[in-house]
Order: sequence, then C-alpha cells, then structure tokens
Amino acid sequence: MRQDSKMSVRAQGFATTKPMPAARDVPGVGLSIAGVAHSYGELRTLEGLDLDAPAHGVLGIVGPSGCGKSTLLELIAGLREPARGQIELGDAGDARGRLARCAYMPQRDLLLPWLSAIDNAALALRNRGARRGAARRQAGALFERFGLTGFERAKPAELSGGMRQRVAFLRTLVAGKPVLALDEPFASLDAITRAEMQSWLARALEADPRTVVLVSHDIEEALYLCDRVAVLSSRPGRIVEEVSAPAPRAPDRDEVVTDPEFVAVRERAMHALREGSK
Amino acid sequence: MRRWLLPIALIGALIGAWQVAVSSGALADLLDLESFLVPSPAEIAESLWENRTLLLDNAWVTLKEVLLGLACATAAGVLFAVAMRLSETLRLAFYPLLVASQTVPVVAIAPILIVLFGFGIGPKLWIVALVCFFPITVNTLDGLSSVDAEATKMMRTLDASRGQILWRLEAPTSLPYFFSGAKIAAAVAVIAALFGEWVGAESGLGVLIREDTARLETARVFAAVTILSLMAVSLFALIALAERRVVTWR
Repeated sequence: MRQDSKMSVRAQGFATTKPMPAARDVPGVGLSIAGVAHSYGELRTLEGLDLDAPAHGVLGIVGPSGCGKSTLLELIAGLREPARGQIELGDAGDARGRLARCAYMPQRDLLLPWLSAIDNAALALRNRGARRGAARRQAGALFERFGLTGFERAKPAELSGGMRQRVAFLRTLVAGKPVLALDEPFASLDAITRAEMQSWLARALEADPRTVVLVSHDIEEALYLCDRVAVLSSRPGRIVEEVSAPAPRAPDRDEVVTDPEFVAVRERAMHALREGSK
Repeated sequence: MRRWLLPIALIGALIGAWQVAVSSGALADLLDLESFLVPSPAEIAESLWENRTLLLDNAWVTLKEVLLGLACATAAGVLFAVAMRLSETLRLAFYPLLVASQTVPVVAIAPILIVLFGFGIGPKLWIVALVCFFPITVNTLDGLSSVDAEATKMMRTLDASRGQILWRLEAPTSLPYFFSGAKIAAAVAVIAALFGEWVGAESGLGVLIREDTARLETARVFAAVTILSLMAVSLFALIALAERRVVTWR
C-alpha cells in the first residue's frame, strides 16, 4: 500500500511538464577559480586549477576517486580557504562571503531523521530566524513541483531513496543561494532512479536556474546535466581536459545520451580521465 | 507480551524455588545458618504488609534523594557535556579530571560529606549526583561528538550559527546516548542513596536496613530490599519509556 503511493507520487512528479514558476528571484552569480592549490599537511590535493562558470551556468567536475573533487567543492562553498589562489563567487572572494552565496548538497541526503520532510526542506529559513509556520509555507509551496505533495509531514525514513534526494535538493534550493554545490547527489541511488533523478534535476534547473557546480564520478551524468565538464587527474588534482556538452539538460535524456555526438564527447572525456588516472 | 511474561515467569519460578528451599530447611543447611536468619518469600511478603507504613515512609525519603540527586546530576552533566563540546580547551582540561572523579571511592568521601553537610538530605544528594554525573556527562558528550561531519558542513552552508548547529543537529543526535547514560545513572542512583543513608542518616531505607540487620530482623531487611529493587526497576523503566516517546526516529 505504502509502496504504491510512493510509486504514484513519483510518476506524477516526473510527469509534470507545465512551465514552473521560479521559487524566488535569485540573482545570477558567476564562478571564477584562479590558480587554486590546496593540501592537507604533506598531502597535496589540488594543483594549479583555473575554472570559470558564467551566472546560471552548470559546471561539471569529474575525476578518479580521491582526486580532490570534494575538497574543491568545499573550497568553492566557502567551508575552507584554499592554500593558494583565488576563488570568487560574484564579488565574494573570501570564504565567509562564498559561504553566504553557496548552498552545499552532500553525497548522502543527510536529512535529519527527527524532522518531517517539510521541516528538513525549511532548515535554512529556520536558521535565518523565520518562524516555523512561515518557513513551512515557503518550503511547502515547492512540494508540488517536486512531486512530493502529501509527504510534507512524512519522516525521512518513510520516503523512498529518490524522494529523500529530492527533499535534500529542495532543502538546498530553499536556502535561496545563487550557487549550488552538489557532491555526487545521486551516487547512492539505483541506476533507474538515478536516470529519473537526472531528468528531474535537469527540469528543476531549467525552471529555476542557478549557478551549479556538480561533482560526479559518472561522466554521462555530468555531460547530460552540465554545460561544460572539467576532467581532473588523480591526486594532486589538476585539469586534464575541458569538454562542452552537446545538449545540456535536453528534454529527452535517453535520446541525448545515445546520440553519436554525445557518445563522441563522452569517449573524449573518458580517454582524458583514463590518461589522468595514470 | 513475551516481554512481560518471560521475566515474570522467571521471577515467579525463583521465588517458588526459594520458598521450597527455605521451608524444607535446605537453604539454611546449605548456608550453614540458623533457619531464623533465612526468611522465606512468604515471611517477607508478610513483613512487607505488616510494616507497610514504616517501609513506605522510609522509601519516600530514599526516593526523594534518588530523584533530586538524579535531577542535579542530569542538569550538571548535560551542561558540562555541552560546555566541553563547545570548547576544545575545556574538554582537554576537564576530561581527565572527570575520569579521575569517578575513581574517588564514595566510601572514602561519604563520611567527610556527612561531617560537612550534616545528617540531612544534602550529603545524600551529593553522593547520588557524584555517582550519576559521570555516565550522563560521558554519554552525552559522546553523543554530541558523534555528529556526521558532512551534516555539520551542510548546516553551515544553510546559514546555521554554532548555537543552531548545537540545538538543531547535535542535541537531537545525542539524545539516544544521553538516555543510555541516564539509564545507567538510574540503576546506580538507588545504590548511591542507600549508601549515603548507611553512613549517616535519621531515616530512609538504608537506615532501616542497617538497624534491622543489627537486630536480625531479616524478613524486614529483605522487605526493604524488595522495595529498593522495585524503585530501581521502575526508574529504569520510566526512563526507557521516556526514551521511546522522545527518540522516535530510531
């Protein structure tokens, strides 16, 4: 019974095609990374990184495990300051300023199990001092768009993996920050749900554009969701290749990823990844 | 159902075996004691009923010491755990002292406390609180520190202040740990209160047991012990119940 209701809500969520209003007006902010290097003690994790993304651009970062992808994301999000180099989000160049402009979505959903879906989604608003009722109203307005209607009061344990990931993304979006840092957001999902979630995220970003940095170990995922994808080498991570995606966030994901042009770019990135891992 | 039936059946069987062993004289022979020193469950039950007013009056004294001592230990333990979580300096400075405080034998300091604070409730509160403080503090601190580092980062990018991370993330995470500590504390609190009374008090189950032991009133000693056990078990069950009501996500 519960399984059924989950399925129907999921299907309904993905079938939504009508134009969706933006959550709220969030200013576009560009990303600029210049000469960034970082190390933990003796361990050099990143070296000589230069990357840019325009406002509302979606930048993908792929690389072998342990190449410093997550470190780069933490640096961008302002959770730490790079040892060398400069990272700017719009006019914010220091960690504090970046933290105020960037919301971070970790690999695992990390929903707080004692809060309902809607209270999890509204966390940022509550942290900024909004009253519970007002925060719930503002976050709840987005539940329908995300195919989560009827699950506002559900605890995370009662939601499917895909739904939990959507609540986690909603939580990131409701924070109202111009830049989103997504750390392998769908890595924990099964293949079918992951493909569905990619299409879903593509539509969510078309409806509500933000500057996005997406870290992934899945080249196909990065090339489908991002405008450009940077391939990092193994540690210390540096950029070995940058490719432009042929059809970012196109409506039909399955058609795009089998298109010869997409496959050619994917193979080029794959080759760079293999070379960089040596 | 099994949850209640099994322990009740076991306790019933033990009491039955005890009754048989005492009435046949087997237990007194085994322990090499005069039979009047080994009361049977029936005699204990009789004593419980006959001395109900005396026992309940003294039990109330002991219960007050246990509850107030536990309350003090909980308040101080949680405050201390939070302070040590917020300040690395405090934690480094106080943690060894905290462990050391637990190795100080209550036997040694109880008489000093009695001299200091007299025969009233004061020294018993100190003894109960001292014994209960440790499991509550250590468990709560462990719980506060068990928070996922990724979750803390996520909260920071969602504009949470240090206080909000503590209140919205670390405090709920630490609750199951806190309750584990509180359950251990509840079990030892009763023994601690009894000990405090033993050393010096005018009333309480500890005083009753000490005096009745000297008078060889063994049935009433066991009656007092029965009430003491019931007190500890009820307290434990009450905290376990509170835990189930509060920690619904586990």
